[in-house]
Amino acid sequence: MNTLSDAWSWLTSAAHWSGENGIWHRLGEHLWLTALCLVLSCLIALPVALVLGHLGKGGTLAVNISNVGRAVPTFAILVLLLLTPLGKYGEGPTIVALILFAVPPLLTNAYVGMREVDRDVVRAARGMGMTGRQLLLRVEVPLALPLILTGVRIAAVQLVATATLAALAGGGGLGRIITAGFNLASTPQVVAGAVLVAVFALVVEGIFEAVQRFAPQWARGGSG
Amino acid sequence: MTAPPHDCLARNEWICGAYLSSRRQILWDAVLQHLQLTALSVLLGLVIAVPLAVAARRWRWAAGPVLGVTTVLYTIPSLAMFSLLLPVYGLSASLVVAGLVLYSLTLLVRNILAGLRAVPEDTRQAARGMGYGPVRLLLAVELPLAVPAAMAGLRIATVSAVSLVTVGAIVGYGGLGNLIYSGMNTYFKAQVLTASVLCVVIAVAADLVLLGIQRLLTPWTRAEPA
Repeated sequence: MNTLSDAWSWLTSAAHWSGENGIWHRLGEHLWLTALCLVLSCLIALPVALVLGHLGKGGTLAVNISNVGRAVPTFAILVLLLLTPLGKYGEGPTIVALILFAVPPLLTNAYVGMREVDRDVVRAARGMGMTGRQLLLRVEVPLALPLILTGVRIAAVQLVATATLAALAGGGGLGRIITAGFNLASTPQVVAGAVLVAVFALVVEGIFEAVQRFAPQWARGGSG
Repeated sequence: MTAPPHDCLARNEWICGAYLSSRRQILWDAVLQHLQLTALSVLLGLVIAVPLAVAARRWRWAAGPVLGVTTVLYTIPSLAMFSLLLPVYGLSASLVVAGLVLYSLTLLVRNILAGLRAVPEDTRQAARGMGYGPVRLLLAVELPLAVPAAMAGLRIATVSAVSLVTVGAIVGYGGLGNLIYSGMNTYFKAQVLTASVLCVVIAVAADLVLLGIQRLLTPWTRAEPA
């Protein structure tokens, strides 16, 4: 109980919220890293997945890349990138690592979503004389949207977690509050940082839940 | 002026045979700790997950809370999870195991529950007709039929645990993660790469072993042509 009240007083002390190492600054870094890398990974993964799904090619790759991503420790990739020449460029290794771990869920879910579009619907659209591009943009993508959005949600939560770990390898973000707490042997600061990270992750997950729940029916699909 | 030693350790190369031979004991100890932490947490997770999944299957009201809590736990980033357990366990191996158990619960409960729910009602009724009581029905019919789904969850949970153990380096119990962490601080490329590759090797090997066990446990799945 004592640690919890200490963590609470750490969180509520104004000095811990301002400045270079303050909570606001770290939160801003975390938000910026997550949002930037989510956009970048969507730009990389979604076009590839949509085209592969449309053509029905590269399925083994698109589906197995998630399993590969799970077997490779995030922490190892962060440190490996830090030791490459890329490590000289500030947040460079963090951004590359974040994208590497956000791409697999995006790719897999979007690809599976595209392939699960009812083949009868696709044939009907072809029969109506739709071109490949029309078929892709007007039929397949709208029908695959629920799974594409699920992929985006998984990627976002993954990004928040990876951005936290980046603090271990010297990156910014809320994880820095935790690592600084460990270095100072200050359990209240470690717990306070952990609470901030956990709340941040749950809020991100919650926002995506809400978006999926209140989206128009066709964007939700059967199970969401 | 003496010439610098011309081995790969002095040149700090990524791939270095001299590292492997001179640090064999350290590497072996780290692998052993990695395997122990992984195995212990996945087994504990399984022991807790089976009754939870059975309860969620039996009582409809239990399914929502069980799935909800485990999903929330799974959303919490690993570094935060370990940190939240710090006041309870201190800097110990138990902290890492406890964190990993909490993660594996989500995957295991969800998959075992899906497996139990997929048992056909006809099969259940046939067993009841043969005079099976609820306990015998569960142990002899439902759980064996849920094995393929449960094993799929167990494989994912194990591979994830192998990867997450490395984060335990923050409290000094990270198996190969300890080597990655110290290699980062000393800019020791060979150590970081070797430990990382070993992590992936352990994950793949564990996955293959579990796949083999699954085949042995479910001979009936191979009887029908695919």
